[in-house]
Amino acid sequence: MSATETTIAPTGTWTLDPVHSIVGFEVDYMVGTFKGGFQDVSASLSAAEDGRVTLEGTARVASVDVKDENLNAHLQSPDFFDAERFPELRFEAVDISLDGDEVTAEGEITIKGVTKPVTVTGTLSPVIADPWGNQRFGIELRAIVDRTDFGLNWNNPLPSGDLALANEVTIVAQLQFVQTGS
Amino acid sequence: MKILGLSGSLRRDSYNTGLLRAVRELLPADVELEIWDGLKAVPPYDQDDDGAEAPAAVAELRSAVAGADAVLIATPEYNASIPGHLKNALDWVSRPVATNPLRNKPAAVVGASTGAFGAVWAQAELRKVLATIGARVQQTEVACRRADTCFEDGRLSDEGVRAQLAETVAELVDTARAREHGRGAAASFAA
Repeated sequence: MSATETTIAPTGTWTLDPVHSIVGFEVDYMVGTFKGGFQDVSASLSAAEDGRVTLEGTARVASVDVKDENLNAHLQSPDFFDAERFPELRFEAVDISLDGDEVTAEGEITIKGVTKPVTVTGTLSPVIADPWGNQRFGIELRAIVDRTDFGLNWNNPLPSGDLALANEVTIVAQLQFVQTGS
Repeated sequence: MKILGLSGSLRRDSYNTGLLRAVRELLPADVELEIWDGLKAVPPYDQDDDGAEAPAAVAELRSAVAGADAVLIATPEYNASIPGHLKNALDWVSRPVATNPLRNKPAAVVGASTGAFGAVWAQAELRKVLATIGARVQQTEVACRRADTCFEDGRLSDEGVRAQLAETVAELVDTARAREHGRGAAASFAA
């Protein structure tokens, strides 16, 4: 991996502020973009002395939220994420690089038990001192995956013969990380 | 381990019920197949009737599904699709969607018809319906074609169909055992 241009965050381990973070997905459905998210996410980010930044995160499939309990249930079923067998989504990036405020990372994402390499891009906010004496910064990451690569093959033909749901899905993680002040 | 068998054909000498009876001979000793024959008593779905107390036949069916480790449905094909009473019964079982007893339940579909195709369209539609309800649907098909030639004195005599049934049911039992094992592991982990 290329050396980082700038340090993403001061060294050490950063913990997620889960309440002010969200992991969601966006996928074209019929005539618009359908968005959903996972309520229960966890992540941690480590910045080493040499500037290497690693990020790992998980989302609990059972916490999927698309504003309709029946659709939540369908998404958790074997037709989609199969929460019973594969309760977690997982993401790992071992070297996140920064150019200006543009973030790039090569990582691995695991959905429904299938792990695939994925390129993640995003933006970074500056580190600030929050009102509780912690250091805090935000990072927004996006990755595009083909859901059928992970066995999420559900679809429904429209009367025209076109399919209702696109295969390409954008995963969006808006994460706030905190480091306790010393 | 218990498999719940549903036949989508109600008539006494149904070939589909015959397929389920044939399955009984193919099961390991510790697996039983209960053939539930109450479909005819399930009323048309009406949300007004789907309250705290479901109609008796519905309550019985929901309980039978909940108590089974897997579900095996044998369906005929009516006008290129699922018999209405079978679809209706599954609609009852599916409510409420988020907690219905078919969720994650291993399920397989087989079919018999007197035509040349063995109810393959009905089977495909039934797999779709079961998946939508949330079942763990097996992507296999057993098409008993020209079913009137596959049985002798009510007993399945077609060895090809029997072999397909054996394969399908073995996979269903494996899936149910894996699920049982997974839950056991999760329970011991929690303990």
